[in-house]
Amino acid sequence: MWRYLLPVVIFSVLGLFFLRGLNLNPGYVPSPLIGKPAPEYELPKLKDMTSTVGSADYVGEVVLLNVWATWCPGCRQEHPYLVELSENSGVPIYGLNWKDDGDKARAWLETLGDPYVATAVDATGEVAIDWGVYAAPETFLIGRDGKVLYKHIAPLTPAVWENEFLPRIAAGCAAQPCAPLTNVR
Amino acid sequence: MRSIILLVFWLVSCCAWAIDPEPPLDDPIIDAEYQQLIREVRCLVCQNQPISDSSAPLAADLRREIRRMYEEGSRRAEIEEFLIARYGDFVLYRPQLKPMTWALWGAPLVLLFIGGAVFARILRARMRQSITEV
Repeated sequence: MWRYLLPVVIFSVLGLFFLRGLNLNPGYVPSPLIGKPAPEYELPKLKDMTSTVGSADYVGEVVLLNVWATWCPGCRQEHPYLVELSENSGVPIYGLNWKDDGDKARAWLETLGDPYVATAVDATGEVAIDWGVYAAPETFLIGRDGKVLYKHIAPLTPAVWENEFLPRIAAGCAAQPCAPLTNVR
Repeated sequence: MRSIILLVFWLVSCCAWAIDPEPPLDDPIIDAEYQQLIREVRCLVCQNQPISDSSAPLAADLRREIRRMYEEGSRRAEIEEFLIARYGDFVLYRPQLKPMTWALWGAPLVLLFIGGAVFARILRARMRQSITEV
């Protein structure tokens, strides 16, 4: 009996592993930062390199940190949606300009619109390493307690915003009331 | 003629692996440890390459950061923790042994044991068979 059943069992187990494994995105590396305090930084502001912007600017706020660069096609793809979010969502967006050319980055915001409260310039990539950044665009959701709630790697879309970001923001606001959120589509 | 061609190839071969343009670290022991470590850190941009082989900008940044930490006196264990805290266990080709990776490290032993058990069973069955045949 076992002689016939065993191969079927082994095959089923293997099949389940393949079913799960082959549906995963091998390029996606989960961030160990989720649930941990967000890394601190202070960097020059893109629009005014003499002053700085950093994690101290959004203490006690729910914010997004968006890692972008002009060399990144996905960043261009998500940019109009970021502009829309900045106008309608009620969640401030901070930018981290990753290993980019300052003039190009400023021109980009000039022509495409600037969704960011402020953009920090990380010319050397050191702050990006602290955040475990490896593939722009990346968007972090930071809670009022200063912890990383979520990280999205890829262009931000309405579906991702609705399914991944909004529930987490709402859960945070249930514990500590925050500004009303609008559902941006 | 052949020796000249060989010489040319030999001279050129150096540049094939010279992705890290930095000079070696001062202390040869530390430099050896650094060279070993960057061969075991995954470049997350091109995931099947170590950062020692990758020309991706992120790999260069990580090499620079690791080098800086060595220069400041950190050792391998500390640098591994630094990388794992930021990029997760996946960043090391030889992940540390911890509850999360027990299955990964244990699976080959378990499979070897199962294989051995099956092998022993088959051997025993055959021996019995040959004895009854005789």
